Formats: sequence, structure tokens, C-alpha cells
Amino acid sequence: MDSPTSSNSSSSRSPAMAPRAPARSRPASRWPDRVFFGLATAVGLSVIGLAVAIVVIIVYGSRYSFQAFGFSFLWGTVWSPTTDVFGVVFAVVGTLVTSAIALLIAVPLALGSAIYLTTHAPRWLRGPAGTAIELLAAVPSVIYGLWGIYVVHPYMQTTIEPGLKEYLGFTGLFDGTPIGLDVLTASVVLAIMIIPTICAISRDTLAAVPQAQKEAALSLGATDWETTRVAMIPYARSGIVGGIILGLGRALGETMAVTMLIGNVDRIPTSLLSGGQTIASLIATELLSNSGPLQESAILEAGLILLVIALTVNVIARLLVWRVLKGGGGGIVE
Amino acid sequence: MNPTKLKVDHLTAYYSEKAAITDVSIEFPERAVSAIIGPSGCGKSTLIRCLNRMHETVVRTRVEGQVLLDSEDIYQLDPVRVRRRIGMVFQKPNPFVTMSIYNNVSAALRFNGRPSREETDRQVVRSLQQAALWDEVKERIDAPAVSLSGGQQQRLCIARALAAEPEVLLMDEPCSALDPIATAKIEDLIKQLKTEYTLVIVTHNMQQAARVADYTAFMYLGKLIEFGPTEELFERPKDSLTEAYITGRFG
Amino acid sequence: MRKFDRYARRKLLSRIIAVLTGLCVIAVLYPLVSIVYESFALGGAVLFQAQFLTTQAPNGCSVIACQTVGIGPAVQGTLIVVGLAAGISVPVGVLAAIFASEYRVRGLGRAVSFTADVLTGVPSIIMGAFIYGYFVIYDPQIALSFYTGALALSAIMIPIVVRTTEEALRVVPNSVREAAMALGISKWKATLRIVLVASLPGVATGVLLAVMRAAGEAAPLLFTLGYSTLWFTSLSHPGANLPILIYTFALSEYSNQVKVAWGATLFLLILILVVNVVSRLMIHRMRVRMGGI
Repeated sequence: MDSPTSSNSSSSRSPAMAPRAPARSRPASRWPDRVFFGLATAVGLSVIGLAVAIVVIIVYGSRYSFQAFGFSFLWGTVWSPTTDVFGVVFAVVGTLVTSAIALLIAVPLALGSAIYLTTHAPRWLRGPAGTAIELLAAVPSVIYGLWGIYVVHPYMQTTIEPGLKEYLGFTGLFDGTPIGLDVLTASVVLAIMIIPTICAISRDTLAAVPQAQKEAALSLGATDWETTRVAMIPYARSGIVGGIILGLGRALGETMAVTMLIGNVDRIPTSLLSGGQTIASLIATELLSNSGPLQESAILEAGLILLVIALTVNVIARLLVWRVLKGGGGGIVE
Repeated sequence: MNPTKLKVDHLTAYYSEKAAITDVSIEFPERAVSAIIGPSGCGKSTLIRCLNRMHETVVRTRVEGQVLLDSEDIYQLDPVRVRRRIGMVFQKPNPFVTMSIYNNVSAALRFNGRPSREETDRQVVRSLQQAALWDEVKERIDAPAVSLSGGQQQRLCIARALAAEPEVLLMDEPCSALDPIATAKIEDLIKQLKTEYTLVIVTHNMQQAARVADYTAFMYLGKLIEFGPTEELFERPKDSLTEAYITGRFG
Repeated sequence: MRKFDRYARRKLLSRIIAVLTGLCVIAVLYPLVSIVYESFALGGAVLFQAQFLTTQAPNGCSVIACQTVGIGPAVQGTLIVVGLAAGISVPVGVLAAIFASEYRVRGLGRAVSFTADVLTGVPSIIMGAFIYGYFVIYDPQIALSFYTGALALSAIMIPIVVRTTEEALRVVPNSVREAAMALGISKWKATLRIVLVASLPGVATGVLLAVMRAAGEAAPLLFTLGYSTLWFTSLSHPGANLPILIYTFALSEYSNQVKVAWGATLFLLILILVVNVVSRLMIHRMRVRMGGI
């Protein structure tokens, strides 16, 4: 351990007082310090232990399923508790499709808002709008789900989905009767939930662009948009991408709202208007269903897949965001 | 004296409620180098930033008076137009960090949509030659701008500003972040540029003003004390404050 | 001059972008307005009834005069389980952050920090599944209980507390630590009484963030705290909980239960808002009193 030595400040004491510990003694040899250090170390290591435990237990829980199906679990299309045959591809597809659509909707809106709030917005608006966005991020998932069922879903069912069917039906993406509780509605609400994350990070990285870069553009006679386009966005590029990936990470793991809106159908969705399932919603609805250890194990294995995907995405995102906010614009040669 | 290109008319500029420069009037002649000198805090940077309306990009600033470019008040025109005609080079070189040398110089050209590749190439080469940088970078025109040395970056910024084909070039202490050799190169450059452009330079270095400028303005505590041909200002100053400054009694 | 032909177009484009991005902000903020409005509209009447907080949740019933009161047990349950979780995660998180930031142990500190960072990206439902997976094997008796619920929430809260505490500790200038060292104060005292106190506003913010997050989570409690509509009986039994109540009643076919869900939503939103505002004020005062660290 590396703690510096403490110095003894008893030089002004009278000789009659009992001397303190020798001037060169290291604090580690005093037992309270040692105990504290030991405690802190134990706790610190337990955090690592927690991470390890999560992986171990989930892997252990999936062992039956892995033994039974091997890697074909990943692309198996049958999910049947009654016959004990499980393949998780429907949930993987559901997860990826909902997240992809959510990103497609969320990124333009979040980026656009971030640009507005850093360049065009009047100054009195920037603070309150930022706070409002933080509040949106703090709303719990169940509340988004409840709101989704009673506010978004009727609107989707009566207006949006028939409209999409009519105008874009030729793409084949909108087959089926619009019941409203389907992949599309879940994706829309999911988008609304990840916008605050992407917007906040984009806004922070755009605001961190040095004034000198902006002045360089302005002094060349650039308009506001040109300044944003030429001086700010390229500089903040990694951070923005990092924020988007972070939003993706959140979308992948989002459970409650999706469970309440996606229709909970254990099949690969054939259209955006059909019901489906994500891995998260699968776990939420079926883990306690008591249909036997194999199903439980299959669900845990699905959870393992989700864990791996979510962690990979998150690590990539953090590396990008961290790099920009600690200094240095996107992709500079040092 | 050449005809006046840029006329400052009773200009007062505020940061919040505090006036950084008060009632300044100067007539800068065209195709000549005018220097603004004075001790720290005299308002010279504020003045030059008012000349291309960069002063107002900071919050809570205000300007009174006029600045006339060829008899048009720039404060009645669109700032975007103004800044195209009056370019600026800053104290610390600020090339666009994510761009190559080529893209930096051609940045202003690309605001106007995409001129042809040949046209852009021509302009880039011309600007880099004007900035006396072409020979040093012609082999690596696509290299990142930040790979250049400080002095080269500053000349890059000059090339970038010139590519916009301004009429006036403002330079806010362009050499203060550079070493003596780089400084010398830029001073030579300034003397060449005046054949085509009107230059206004802020400098904290009196000797630099004496070397490069045709005309010099001396400012103190936000006011213009004296303005005239450099030789006259340095050898026969009209105001005692000016004399005190150039003889080194303060500042 | 060639370049001025396009000038009007450029200005127009800039203005259009300003309008479009402004519309983006409206689109982004609209859900917030809608959620708040609908919560008041659909849950307001329910929330402000006398016994809303003191009675149990009603059974489903389809008659008009059905009872719509009763989130008492859920509020109680939330307070207990979040309180327990905080009791675990705050000391653990703060100590782990102290380990990572104040002691340099061969890169282990960085490993702890990185792990906490990574853990924030684990979906909350996986935390629930993990706790469930452990207990269903080793101690199925309490697999659905306040204990496991608190553990699942702690697993979510600890990484947040670690990260925010670490950030707050890092901001404290080294001169403070050196001064304490020079005065002969032992390291553990210096860390707890001086450095930690100096970073208290940041730590408090992190703790409050974690608590608010835990109060709103339902996914990890689905298989740990379980479901109940009854008042608290014992820590080893399943319990009621606000988010789970909202989830269950939202899907109910009985309109009175749906109304309770909205009432509970309004309650939870107000709670989160109030905690948010109060904590910001408190932390602001802490900062001011400490002279702006």
C-alpha cells in the first residue's frame, strides 16, 4: 500500500507530555487505519464480486437449457413450454427490432433538440428545458407503460397505424389488423424513453466545444447552422455517437413499458403491427410461470444473451463518451 | 494617406453595463497596415472585435456608435455578410481540429455550396501561397491541421481567412503565441498582404508596430489617445500619455 | 460577386433548421406534459381521497361505485424495501468509492471503478433474475421476500452510488488531503471526517439519484419482492410495492383498479418531483455553507 507517512507535529509540546508514536511510523501500522483499509478493500472487491456473481449465477441457471439445445438455442424458432422445446430467436429479433426503430425515431429528435438548446434557443429557455429533459429521464418505466397503454396506444390504434397501413402498406411492414399493442407502439414509447439520455449527452458534448472553434467559423461569415455543422458537430462527434449507443444500451434492457405494450406473443413478428416479445419482456412475463426447470433455464439463458449484448454496447458507449468529455475532440491525431 | 476603408465613428462598447471602450473614432486607410497598441486592458481587443461584430457574440454586450465599411454601417447589415468582408485571425491559432489542411482553407468556400473541385483547389493553393505556407504543406495537404507547428497553424488560419476573399483582415495579437522565427515570418507576410488588403492589427509589442504598421493608434483605458502615421506617433507623439507609453514609463 | 447569390439561401436554411430543431424540442417535451396532465386528470380524484394512503388496494369490481382507494400497503412496502436497499448500498457504495479513489492498490481501484461503470449498464431485470436465480436454488423459502427485493435493488443502487461518490471525491483537491496528513490526522479519520464531508453534496446527490431510481423500479422486484396487496407482515414474506402495483393494476380489466393505478402514478410522480426539488435545495445549501466546493 502506498499511503504517505504522516508527520509528527509535536515539536512545540513540553517534554513532560508523553511522546506520540515515532515520527517515521507509517499509518498502516496503526490498527484503526488498517481496519478501515481492510474494510474498504473488502467492500471494493465485493463490487467486483457482485459482477462476477451475476455472470456466474446466470450462466449456472442456464445450464439445463444449454445442455439441451446447445447453440441452436440462438436461432431456434420454436418456443413451446408445453413440449419443452425452446429457441430464443423470436425474442432476439424482437429486442433488436424494437431498439432499432426506437433509435430511428429517437436520434433525430434528440439531436435536433440538443442542437436547438445549444445554439438557437434563447438563453432563458436553456436551463428550464434541460431540467425538463432530466425529469423525463427520471420517470419510471412502469409509468411510461401505463401512459403508453391509455394514452399512446388508443391513438396508435385509431389514427397512426391505420394511416401507416394506408400510405405505406405497400412495404409489407404494416400487415395485420392494428390492435395497438404491438411492436410499433412499444418501439415508439421506447423511443420516447431514450430520447432524454441521448439528448442530455449530446447537449453536454456540444456545449463543451471550445469557443475558439465556434469563433473561427463565425469569423468566416458562417450562419448559425453552418457554425454548428462545421465547428461543433464534428468536434463533438464521438460524444454524440457515445450518447446514441448509451441510449441503445438502455433500449435493449428496458422492461416494464415494453412488456406492457408489445403484445407478448412468443413468435417472430411478421409485421410492425403484430405482437412480439423482447428478451426483457419474455423474462418479465414468464420467469415465474412454473412450467418446469427447463423453461426457467431457457429464460435465464435468454437473460444471459441480453446481458452480453447490453454490456458490450455499454462498454463501447462509455469509452466514446469518456474520451470526449475528458478532453479532445473527435478523432484528433495527438 | 490612402482613402478610408474602415471608419470607426464614436464607438462605445459595453460588457454588461461597463464600457470597455468609450467614444472611439478612427479612420483606417485602405491597403495599409494599421496597428493598435496600448497597455493591457486598454480596450484594443474589444475595439478590433467590434470591427467584425464578434464582440456581440458574447452575452450581455452592447455597442453604440457606428463602424462604416466603405460608408455602410456594419451594424445595419447582416453580421454574416459583414464577417465575410471583414475577416479575422485570432491570438491563439484555432484551425478546425477535425479537418485537414485542405478542408480548413476551403471551409469558407464550402459554405456557399460546392464549387467544383478544380475551383476549390485553385483557391486553396492561392490562399496558401498568399499566406506563405504553400511550399511547406504542398506535400501533405490532406494531413490533419493540428499536425502543423504553432506558427504554421497561424499561417493556416490566415490562409483560411483569405480564402473567403475579404476586403479587410483583422488580426488580434497574431504573434503573441508564437516563437520569434514564426513571428518574423508572419510580419513579412503582413507587409506583403497590404498590397491587396486593408489590415488592422492589435499588438502588445510596440516594436512590432514600428516594424510593420503604416499607421498606429494608441489606446489607454478604453479611449483613443492618438492615431497617425507610425513614424510620427513614435518620434513626435502629440500626447504626453503616448510619449510616456512609448518611452516605456508604463505598460 | 458570385458568393452573394447563395446568401439568401444560406440564411433561409439556417432559419429553417432553427425552426425544425425547435419543433424537436416541443416533440421531446410533449410526453412530459402529457404524462403529468393525464396523471392529474385520471388519478387526481383518486389521490385526494381521504383514505387513499391508509387502506389496502381494492379488489377488482366493475360497479360504478367501486372502491378506488388504497395504496397504503404499497407505499409502506416501497419505503421499507428501498430503505433496506439504501441501508445496504450506501455504505457499500461509499466505501467502495473510497477504496477506488483514496487508496492506490495496484490498479484494483481502477478495476472497481470500471466494474461499477459496467454494472450500471446491466438491465435491471437481469439483477432481479440473478437474485432470483441464486435464492431459488439455495433458499427458496425467502426467494420472494423483502430480503431478496432489497438485495436486487441494492445491486442496482450500488453502482450508481459508487460512480457518483467517486466523482465527488475526485473533485476534492489534494491539498485538503495533504493538509490533513501534515496535521498528523490518521488516514481513516481524514478520509471520513474531512474528505468525505467535503464531497458531501456530490455524494448526497448520488445517493438521492439511486434512491429515486430504486423507488421507481418494478422489473427487479417481479421475482424478488413479489406481489401482495396486504400490509407489511414480515421481512421474509413478499410485499406490496408502488411500481408493481401500478404494473399489475394497469393491466387490470377492472376500471376501478386502473384508476388506482393512475392515482398511484400521480403519487409516485409527485414524490419523485418533491424529492428532486428538495434534494437540490438541500444540496445547494450544503454547497453554500461549505463555501462553494
